[in-house]
Amino acid sequence: MPLQVSIVTAEREISSRDDVQRLIVPTTEGQITLLPGHAALMASLDIGEMVTVAGGDREPMVVHGGFIQILRDQVTVLADAAESIDEIDEARAEAARERASERVEGRVTMEEAFDMARARLALLRAQARIRIYRKYRGM
Amino acid sequence: MPGAGQVRAIRDRMRSVENTAKVTKAMELVAASKMRRAQDRALAARPYAEQMRAVLLRLASSTDTSGGDDSHPLLEQRDVSHFAFIHITANRGLAGGLNSNMNRAGAALALEHQPDVDQVSVISVGRKGRDFFRRAGFPQLAEFTDLGDYPTMSDTLPISRIVVNDYIAGEIDQVYIGFQRFVNTAIQRPTVRQILPIQPPEDDDEMGEDMAAGGSVDFIFEPSPAGLLETLLPRYVEMQVYGAILEAMASEQSARMVAMRAATDAAEEMVGSLTLTYNKARQELITSELLDIVGGTAAVER
Repeated sequence: MPLQVSIVTAEREISSRDDVQRLIVPTTEGQITLLPGHAALMASLDIGEMVTVAGGDREPMVVHGGFIQILRDQVTVLADAAESIDEIDEARAEAARERASERVEGRVTMEEAFDMARARLALLRAQARIRIYRKYRGM
Repeated sequence: MPGAGQVRAIRDRMRSVENTAKVTKAMELVAASKMRRAQDRALAARPYAEQMRAVLLRLASSTDTSGGDDSHPLLEQRDVSHFAFIHITANRGLAGGLNSNMNRAGAALALEHQPDVDQVSVISVGRKGRDFFRRAGFPQLAEFTDLGDYPTMSDTLPISRIVVNDYIAGEIDQVYIGFQRFVNTAIQRPTVRQILPIQPPEDDDEMGEDMAAGGSVDFIFEPSPAGLLETLLPRYVEMQVYGAILEAMASEQSARMVAMRAATDAAEEMVGSLTLTYNKARQELITSELLDIVGGTAAVER
């Protein structure tokens, strides 16, 4: 029995399929692979690469945090955001990375701590996009 | 006896009403297309909202969400001295009773809580509600009047962030949200809900049998139930605010479309009855002119 996987964000349902053999997700505790028959699990997601394996095809995506739940082979991914490789614009991600890393390096004061946290997150997201894009699209 | 001037006056009035009908017809069409998109967006947000409710329910049933000392700050029930509510209205009118109904519901909520607390504040989303509460003299913690027709999650995040931060800081003790819930194109219902402190969702029929059955399963929680709550709860608030705003947008466009359709129909009806009056007046004018001519000829012949 394959996994039923539904990936949703607050803005839309990204995908819903019932023929998934394996799902590899980045949790905050590390990368895990879900196979049919997995124990009931609820975990928070990190920023990183999520791979859906179905019918011999691997479909990679970038997820930007969220939650995952698996219960009786039903997987629900509540992603803060998720995008497929085709949706990534490498040049834009690169520009975002530069902006973010400038901010991360430039600011140190306490009152900018909130901005700082945001800049760090933006940097992580941009890095993940670029890393995963390059992994699947040459370079 | 109608004169030529009166006939012209009726014709001018017909033209003016016809023009009004053209304008309201155009507004109806614009609202109809925006409505479709706004409704789609509101529907697209529902799976996430439902799944998140289910996850929170599951999580809440396996952790302490009673509001005890060691529970999450967003669950903490306090004595309320500062009550705040997010009041969502449209930026523009011409939407029937939509905004005034919402303002009435908001005012009722404010007046209901006022006797029991030191302060009631409003966070207004949309100009109509902001102006209303400004006139009524309520302090506003923040106002959001430029969300556009199709706000995204990142547009609505500042709103939830304000209430979450102020709540954790102890500045406000209870937060409600009021919005026009979208039932269908013809019906929108003013709705108020508590969003802080978070009340874990009730295990109701909507959850379906699978959810109820899952309640007894032993889950593995990573990193831990408390750690998951820590990240889930702020998102739950964000999602509720976002969902409410999407519903309000769908309601606004629907109400405007219906109101403009009614206005167009009324204008067309008025053109119809004016046309009758006009034809009658014109006929009478012709008849009286004919009589004049006949009378004149008779006088000459005599």
